[in-house]
Amino acid sequence: MRKSGVGTYVGFLVILVWCLLPVAWIVSLSFKSLAETTTGSPHFLPQDATWDNYKVLLGMTSDKSTSHDFIAALRNSFGISIVATVLAVIIATLAAYAIARLEFKGKRLVLSLALAIAMFPVVSLVGPLFDMWRTFHLFNTWPGLIIPYMTFTLPLAIWTLSAFFREIPWEMEQAAQVDGATSWQAFRKVIVPLAAPGVFTAAILTFFFAWNEFVLAISLTSTTSSRTVPAQMSYFVGPDPFNPPYSQLATASVIVTIPVIVIVLLFQRRIVAGLTSGAVKG
Amino acid sequence: MTATTVPRKVDKAAPTVISDRSVAENRLGQKLVAPALIMMVLVTAYPMLQALYLSLFRYRLTTPNDKGFIGVDNYVTILTDSLFWKDTLNTVIIMVVTVAIELVIGFAFAMVMHRIIFARGVMRTAILIPYGIITVVSAFAWQFTFSINNGWVNSWFDWVPGISASTNWYGDHWHAMFAIMVSEIWKTTPFMALLLLAGLSQVSEDMLEAAKVDGATASQRLFKVILPNMRAAIMVAVLFRALDAFRIFDNIFIMTRGAQNTESSSFLTYRQAIEQFQLGMGSALSVLLFLTVLLLAWLIVKFFRVDLAQARGEG
Repeated sequence: MRKSGVGTYVGFLVILVWCLLPVAWIVSLSFKSLAETTTGSPHFLPQDATWDNYKVLLGMTSDKSTSHDFIAALRNSFGISIVATVLAVIIATLAAYAIARLEFKGKRLVLSLALAIAMFPVVSLVGPLFDMWRTFHLFNTWPGLIIPYMTFTLPLAIWTLSAFFREIPWEMEQAAQVDGATSWQAFRKVIVPLAAPGVFTAAILTFFFAWNEFVLAISLTSTTSSRTVPAQMSYFVGPDPFNPPYSQLATASVIVTIPVIVIVLLFQRRIVAGLTSGAVKG
Repeated sequence: MTATTVPRKVDKAAPTVISDRSVAENRLGQKLVAPALIMMVLVTAYPMLQALYLSLFRYRLTTPNDKGFIGVDNYVTILTDSLFWKDTLNTVIIMVVTVAIELVIGFAFAMVMHRIIFARGVMRTAILIPYGIITVVSAFAWQFTFSINNGWVNSWFDWVPGISASTNWYGDHWHAMFAIMVSEIWKTTPFMALLLLAGLSQVSEDMLEAAKVDGATASQRLFKVILPNMRAAIMVAVLFRALDAFRIFDNIFIMTRGAQNTESSSFLTYRQAIEQFQLGMGSALSVLLFLTVLLLAWLIVKFFRVDLAQARGEG
């Protein structure tokens, strides 16, 4: 039934330009020399492309002050995002299994709380968390960010996972047991392979959240020992606050966008399935 | 969902019969959700109550000995301050304008993605990049785009009346708001488009074909067949995006730091609580922000429900 008319081709091009032009722009900007952007360069493409910014940020020059902070922030971003993702997905998998498969009191409570948190204005917790974290010595530590990150991603993870788990043909577990598999074998050989794609999708969406988060990152950290890349970038203004180092900021932007692009390229189909699961069926 | 609701109905019909199995199932279910529930309560519900409590105090971290109970004075101060209302208005403007534009562009994108039969993978990858990109990065990219010295907007669009090489996009309120909204719209339209695409694929092709045979024009098919059948998807998309847009913070923080009166409610709350250490006042702002979001969610749900009922009455 579907057909691709001229309108569809035009639409296709418009969407590509829409999505990729700003990305092309920061890539182009990252190859401009710091001198070029400091004096002002209205051209889209660099006049004299150079790898200098990448060398400075990744510590391949003698001056390590910029790269030191940036690499520390990258390490924090990766560490905090990955730990938060793993923990959130484990907790969410248990909860989603119960929600999809079992009948118990309090199911409605968990689901409504998850929905409420999904809509929650994160910034309204910043003040009280700041106060509490100072008391518990969690301020400016990895756990200080990991704990709120995993909490705020639980709703999305539970939602996505329970939508996936409802689709799994659980009878196959019993069928395998009837055929002589032990319950562990049935779980490992039948259920795990069926559930893995859902768990994986939830993990990607959770990682994106943690990688992207900014409000908590600037409020609950104070030094490079736990500051993540978005927070670090917002403080990275260079010597002249009225003339930020455009090309270096663009370079940092490109570097932190690479993991996102790699994940998108590898798992686009799963991300789309995860984002829209539950949105239509309710 | 149907599979899980059936046993509950049986339980209701015979409430006296509770088998060992269902007791065990109940207990296992509660055990499995316990970690998630505890986390969510500890990290959101408890601090929210803490905020409610702190909001009744004069409490500034720089002068901790001056802490004292002042009742609702913080709320009175906030609600009588024009800055609070200005920031709320900014936030509402950003929310309404961005969601409205995203809905239109997102729907157009969804139509293209629905019809396209080539390069579907390329399209999906492209559309997910703005979604996945860090908001701070998007904010920087657009800040530089509109920059007077380094941007390309002024040179590419100088044929548009009002834009010239010397247009300073961060020099006044509306220009700055425009730049902020562009960044917000660019980043979040793909999410809207994907949700709408999911709704669009639920609309039956047979129904569209039938409408076509009956002589419905393209716009009649859009407004009388496609859109009414997508109402649930549109509602979910609008609800999520509106609440998300209302929390706008990252873009403003990076692009203007609230200069030119572009501050949002979230930014005001952050500034009071974190930058100025006004924990009492900041907590009161947190509570107000939370209540506003609740009100907003209720309004959106109510608005669409009324709409649904009307549509049903007409049909």
